[in-house]
Amino acid sequence: MIANLGLAALWLAAALALLQLLAAWRALRVAGAKEGALVRPVAIVQGLLAALAFACLIAVFCQTDLSVKLVAMNSHSAKPMLYKFAGAWGNHEGSMLLWVTIMGLAGGFVALVERRLPEPTMLATLAAQAFVSLGFYAFLLISSNPFERLNPAAPEGQGLNPLLQDPGLAFHPPTLYIGYVGLSIAFSFAVGALITREVSPAFARAMRPWVLGAWIFLTIGIVAGSYWAYYELGWGGWWFWDPVENASLMPWLAATALLHSASVLAARNALRAWTVMLGVVAFSMSMVGTFLVRSGILTSVHAFAVDPERGSFILGLLALNIGAALVLFALRAATVTEGERFAVTSREGALVFNNVMLTGALGIVLIGTLYPLLAEALGTKVSVGPPYFNPMTAVFVVPMLAVLAVGPLLRWRRDSFARITPMVAIPALLTGGAAMVLALKGMAVLPLLGMALAAGLALAAFMPLRGRKLSRVNLPLWGMIAAHFGVAVALFGMAADSAWTVERLVAVQTGQAVEVGPWKVTLRTIVPVAGPNWTALEGEMEARYRGGEPRMLHPQARAFWAPPQQTSESALATRWNGQLYAVLGEQAEDGRWQLRLWWKPFVTMIWFGGLLIALGGVLALIGRVWSDLKRIIARGKIAYRRERQGR
Amino acid sequence: MRRAAFALLLAAAALPVAAQDKLPPAPYAYTQLEDPAQEARAKALMETLRCLQCQGQSIADSDAPIAGDMRSQVRLKIKAGDDPEAIRAWLVQSYGDYVSYAPRLTDATWPLFAAPLILLGLAIVLLRRRFGGKGA
Repeated sequence: MIANLGLAALWLAAALALLQLLAAWRALRVAGAKEGALVRPVAIVQGLLAALAFACLIAVFCQTDLSVKLVAMNSHSAKPMLYKFAGAWGNHEGSMLLWVTIMGLAGGFVALVERRLPEPTMLATLAAQAFVSLGFYAFLLISSNPFERLNPAAPEGQGLNPLLQDPGLAFHPPTLYIGYVGLSIAFSFAVGALITREVSPAFARAMRPWVLGAWIFLTIGIVAGSYWAYYELGWGGWWFWDPVENASLMPWLAATALLHSASVLAARNALRAWTVMLGVVAFSMSMVGTFLVRSGILTSVHAFAVDPERGSFILGLLALNIGAALVLFALRAATVTEGERFAVTSREGALVFNNVMLTGALGIVLIGTLYPLLAEALGTKVSVGPPYFNPMTAVFVVPMLAVLAVGPLLRWRRDSFARITPMVAIPALLTGGAAMVLALKGMAVLPLLGMALAAGLALAAFMPLRGRKLSRVNLPLWGMIAAHFGVAVALFGMAADSAWTVERLVAVQTGQAVEVGPWKVTLRTIVPVAGPNWTALEGEMEARYRGGEPRMLHPQARAFWAPPQQTSESALATRWNGQLYAVLGEQAEDGRWQLRLWWKPFVTMIWFGGLLIALGGVLALIGRVWSDLKRIIARGKIAYRRERQGR
Repeated sequence: MRRAAFALLLAAAALPVAAQDKLPPAPYAYTQLEDPAQEARAKALMETLRCLQCQGQSIADSDAPIAGDMRSQVRLKIKAGDDPEAIRAWLVQSYGDYVSYAPRLTDATWPLFAAPLILLGLAIVLLRRRFGGKGA
């Protein structure tokens, strides 16, 4: 019953997306056509219907309705409620339904509130949104129907991949998807502006909050995903340059570049074509990511089903959307001029440098991710990993970080280095000094560069405050400072983890103590424990930092039975200056237990830095929306006064 | 008490599944080398070798038995004084290029190395065009 309702809602939403596209198209082509008035309400209802379909899917998962094929394949009656609920998107069909739901809701939200742009541009934007949505509705309904039934119903479900049975599943995919799909709004704005040739500062100001919103979620999603991988995989790694991780990094790099170029367009009416192009590229990268992850071309915990039909369908969608946008761009590029000129030594100059370097890094990640697939199609298997990505991206990222320290201090249009030298000198000296000290200590090149740059950047991030009254600094500026400081913090965490981690792999008897860095860890005892759908052996460990108070750690070696799989649940002891990471391995024949222990100084800074970056986005977003609201209210008051005076 | 007994029973029931086709791990799969400098070299190499049974993980990040065997091989060879790159070449010879995360420059991989150069060239051209002729 609920499954049928969900399917009906999904079909209806798809039909409304078609109506939205046709109505907007006609309103744009035929002067005075009345269909234009339909577009916004239809967009809103379409979003709500998609959300209804998604709610139905969650409901059948929570009830474990085994007459629904998807539930029978991916759920189990004995699963904890949280994973029944979150399991709704822990599979191919469900995650694609989450994708179209967010896309529909985002489009509906834009239709509801965005009134700053000329109406034709908005119609074209909503038409583009409907066009992209329609493709994904077709994908769901034709080749990935989440509500497919089983007759007779299955006696029991097959369960969910144990690696996914973690509270992270409740947050990580929705957050990341809001980021990915939120970028569709930037894509649609770019296409809309190209169609009506309205690439203006107003366009950038209208697009910016949407990009910012998507970027915040993307940032949080990546940070959360990285931390999840870190504690779940049990080896202390936090980034693997895995294609799936790269799939999330690429849209993030593009969106970061877009945010910065949109601010140039908004403030200075420059970089017009470039900003539009980045709008197209950012969401294209989201779609490339979806293709990589959902087509079954990769084997990964994220790839749920291998089905060539689905892969070709997504590839077709990808080619259609990106191709159409690029053709439109090529047709209109000649009429979209680059806008105002500026000197090298200017805020714009620094931001252009940032954009080119971010795009370069994006190019490296894209090539390194796609090339192995291409090579495999041509018959050779190669692997591309950290030894390629780390130095190659550093070529672009290191100069960018150096300019990041300087850029925010420069004035728009034209400035001189002489003016900012005093502000740059101290951070530069700090970086140079740190580099020398670390080089004497024999640190490897990349961590050394990272740490030295982090030191200078951390200080430089606050330099824009110099000579300002703190109470009068606006929110977007605080946002920028927080985000740039976050970059320094994360960079420091990465460098510290790579340079200072201490590893101990040992086999111990119960009662035996092990030293790892400043910690002394004693394995007290091993106890069996049971969860709702697993059993485990749990180690009881006592850890003392420099002989201080003991802290108890309980790492587990878990055995799930539906489906049968072993996982190791690591245990962490967090201090302000790092984390102790403990994993319980197997028992050897002589009765000793295998332990893996790491002391990871300042590793948490990686994720704190990431969250600071996201916080910077939040501050900027609040600041922008607040000043927009104030303007609207002020305008309303003036109109009201005029009306009264006129009477 | 009964819960604990039940848990013990379940854990015991789960153990045979865990113990299936399990030989004791190779000597250096979960044991570090005594010499920290050697271990550091081994670790750096292991982080750049792919676990062939896993989903995009290096042998330094995997519980798979084959990753354990390879770790042990790498550590033994490092202990015997082999050069890390020689060990990599030896592994590539037996498992193919796929095993190494550090792509070599070959007929099949040159685009990987040409691409960054092209990107860098493009970046320089873009910046020079933008700022050419002494700015605006």
